[in-house]
Amino acid sequence: MRITCTVNGRPQVADSVWAGESLLYVLRERLGLPGSKNACEQGECGSCSVYLDGTLVCACLVLGGQADGREIVTVEGLSNGDSLHPVQQAFVEAGAVQCGFCTPGLVVATHDLLRRVPRPSDAQIREALAGNICRCTGYAKIIDAVHLAAGRMGAA
Amino acid sequence: MTAGAVLPTRQPQAAAASVTGRVGESVRRPDGVLKVRGDFPYSSDLWVEGMLWGATSRSPHPYARIVSIDTSEALASPGVRAVLTHEDVPGRKLYGLEIPDQPVLAFDVVRYWGEAVALVAADHPEQARRAARKVRVEYEVRKPLTDPEEALTPEATRLHPGGNVTRHVTIRHGDQDARADVVVRGEYEIGMQDQAPLGPESGLAIPDGEGGVDLYVATQWLHVDQDQLAGCLGLAPDQVRLTLAGVGGAFGSREDLSMQAHACMLALRTGRPVKIVYSRPESFVGHVHRHPGRLRYEHGATRDGKLVYVKARILLDGGAYASSSTAVIANASCFAVGPYQCPNATIDGWVVYTNNPPCGAMRGFGSVQNCYAHEAQMDKLAAALGMDPVAIRMRNAMDGSSRLITGQAMEGPIPVAELLRRVQEMPLPPVAGADHLDLTALPGGVSNTTHGESVRRGVGYAVGFKNVGYSEGFDDYSTARVTLAAAGGRPRAEVHTAGAEVGQGLVTVQAQIAGTELGVRDVTVLNADTRVGSAGSSSASRQTYITGGAVKAACEAVRERIFALAQSELGSRSGAGWRLEREAIVSADGEVIVTLATLLGEEVIEETREFRPRRTNRLDPKTGQADAHMQYAFAAHRAVVDVDTELGLVKVVELATAQDVGKAINPLAVEGQLEGGAAQGLGLAVMEEVQVKDGVIRNPSFTDYLLPTILDMPPVRMDVLELGDPRSPYGVKGVGEPPTISSGPAIVAAIRAATGRPLARVPVRPHDIVT
Ligand code: FES
Ligand code: FES
Repeated sequence: MRITCTVNGRPQVADSVWAGESLLYVLRERLGLPGSKNACEQGECGSCSVYLDGTLVCACLVLGGQADGREIVTVEGLSNGDSLHPVQQAFVEAGAVQCGFCTPGLVVATHDLLRRVPRPSDAQIREALAGNICRCTGYAKIIDAVHLAAGRMGAA
Repeated sequence: MTAGAVLPTRQPQAAAASVTGRVGESVRRPDGVLKVRGDFPYSSDLWVEGMLWGATSRSPHPYARIVSIDTSEALASPGVRAVLTHEDVPGRKLYGLEIPDQPVLAFDVVRYWGEAVALVAADHPEQARRAARKVRVEYEVRKPLTDPEEALTPEATRLHPGGNVTRHVTIRHGDQDARADVVVRGEYEIGMQDQAPLGPESGLAIPDGEGGVDLYVATQWLHVDQDQLAGCLGLAPDQVRLTLAGVGGAFGSREDLSMQAHACMLALRTGRPVKIVYSRPESFVGHVHRHPGRLRYEHGATRDGKLVYVKARILLDGGAYASSSTAVIANASCFAVGPYQCPNATIDGWVVYTNNPPCGAMRGFGSVQNCYAHEAQMDKLAAALGMDPVAIRMRNAMDGSSRLITGQAMEGPIPVAELLRRVQEMPLPPVAGADHLDLTALPGGVSNTTHGESVRRGVGYAVGFKNVGYSEGFDDYSTARVTLAAAGGRPRAEVHTAGAEVGQGLVTVQAQIAGTELGVRDVTVLNADTRVGSAGSSSASRQTYITGGAVKAACEAVRERIFALAQSELGSRSGAGWRLEREAIVSADGEVIVTLATLLGEEVIEETREFRPRRTNRLDPKTGQADAHMQYAFAAHRAVVDVDTELGLVKVVELATAQDVGKAINPLAVEGQLEGGAAQGLGLAVMEEVQVKDGVIRNPSFTDYLLPTILDMPPVRMDVLELGDPRSPYGVKGVGEPPTISSGPAIVAAIRAATGRPLARVPVRPHDIVT
């Protein structure tokens, strides 16, 4: 099948997509956007988090076909040219990135949290990011990063 | 890589960003920006025009004889380009880190559930997977041997020609007939833990058109993969070139080959690039796990709490193949008593073959299983003597005058008592008063399972240690090539090693060392590959020490050449007191003699050095006595937990830790290791277990294998000591593993304190608390 959608503001077409392919596969392997990660492909780890029509979803749980005609934003779409989004910047600075495999998903999920709750408490951060597994950091630096980003975005 | 070779379109970039920052500073990772943008190319992201996808056909039985394999149906499936079996293995059919006992593809028999039997390459990954399911294997199913205790008996089926004992380590230290006033005994069982790195096993093999192959892969040790691959592929080592592709965590799971040989075989057969990416369920069978253990201990002590003797029998289940089992059991045995002085010890460590999933390296490597047992024993002893759990540990703590039970002298700062004192003295987290009870902070979290009626708080302590680097005479070394040149009026250093950056921060450390030693601001760390000598593995907490040492040595050699160049150019005979600083040679009193850019001009200075720590020796086979290890690293933990004693739910409220790192090259990265390592210890203590029944893994998914989330992991209070090892570069000690060793035992001790339950098995499950 053919899928037509908008990804990070650009119209995209993917041809001969097999019906069983996930949106994650379409993004990574057909559209050349491997930023969303394939850690579990079972909806359990959040590494593949993207926006679908403005809603945070696990791209591994969405069929490619379901994305037809819709708008997708991936981690690649968050930075503005060379300048990082404050959430991205905060993750680098706070030491919230180790292997980094969880990072794109966490960056998108944090972006979504801060849109809804500009100054989240620790408890709100924990609730919002509970669907994103990180095996390396023990999460403390991720919480630091969220606060750092929230502070900067609030100040801006 | 040969001239005209095909390069992956997405491939590891030469960690393009430069790093600026000196040893001791919290320098940001050079790959961090790529990672937050989603631009960092992990092994599963690699892509090249015309590549095929590989898939693996695996055994549905834990133990069976292979009668026949029929690949015709698979081969006739849509999109399929090749189907291979053991008959297609070009070279040696067996591989292994220490004992070559594991088939590249099973022949004659399969010895574990999920063992690789055949390979498929196809145009689309789903075509490959479907075809892999159509490989028809006729099996004669056998009764699997799944009980490690039974594997030791003479009647048990022999799974390998040498029998079922992979290694038996005997340690006989001091008086074997020592008697004590107070004796406590215990039996402990540790479940199987999975490393669960988020990045799945994956890589891309590209044939070079001349019979060789280039492999881009996530691994922990490029050169040991290269050696094993060359053997299995029947090629010379220089025909199998490896480049490190982005690694999404490792924790020991990438020490063994997984898909490496398979991708290369498919690429060589089809003449096309082949990528293999494991699914998460496949990953659970595609890599080794932490050894589950059964440990029986007897501690004898005087009335005033001094250890007189320890007797231990440690049985680890190594599963179907040896992997690094022989080294894991040596560690488990050498460190069986914990970081305590004990004049007499009788230790028998066994690791056996069974038809369970193969076990091998995981963070903590043999010390994790013991720590649960020796720390539970110390608490038991304290209770028997009416002593405080920390006081009894302090009384027996090793120090710089102690000997390990292998007879080796413990040299340098051995701060066991100090670490315990520090965690004990940290303030305890407040207990919420009934007036402002946050129900979501109690066990059960937002599901509001309780109003606190049966919630009990407990505090527990544990301390642990392990060796850094390889032991028992292994030639442990690393190689570094350092280049210094001027470009655009600025000196730039380039560092090239084969050390695998697996997320721990090795690239940053290498850049910091070069920047410090050469006094330059711009350092580029090239991506790791096999075009430079071996760096050894990113394991055993050794890379900062050993590859860091190699980078330092190469920088020192570059510096000598710079000074020699300056002496000849400037006609100066004395270089006494010269240093490299601020991109210049400066004199003893800090005056700039010449800038590096001026001095270098067009010159490129390059030096390659190997670094070796001091040598170690094999354990004596009868007594287990030897100077077998080169350095030790210690950490202590205190855990505070709330337990709902009616529902069996546990909430870890806080972890506190103190660790001696010798020297924190990058303090921010050290904190990251301490927090992340503690999370993996928490996982094994209360939730993580690969459940194996009759040889079959029953929970191979992130749905059923539970990993700590941000809701499970409490804040970690940290105290980092930098006592300095006089024999290591900058005084560093390995950092990565100690956080995972004692964190879990401290949590279990805290749950015992809260509940009064014996809890002799981990992970602790709700029914262990309530029934
Ligand atoms: S990869 Fe989608 S949730 Fe894990
Ligand atoms: S940084 Fe490795 S999984 Fe989060």
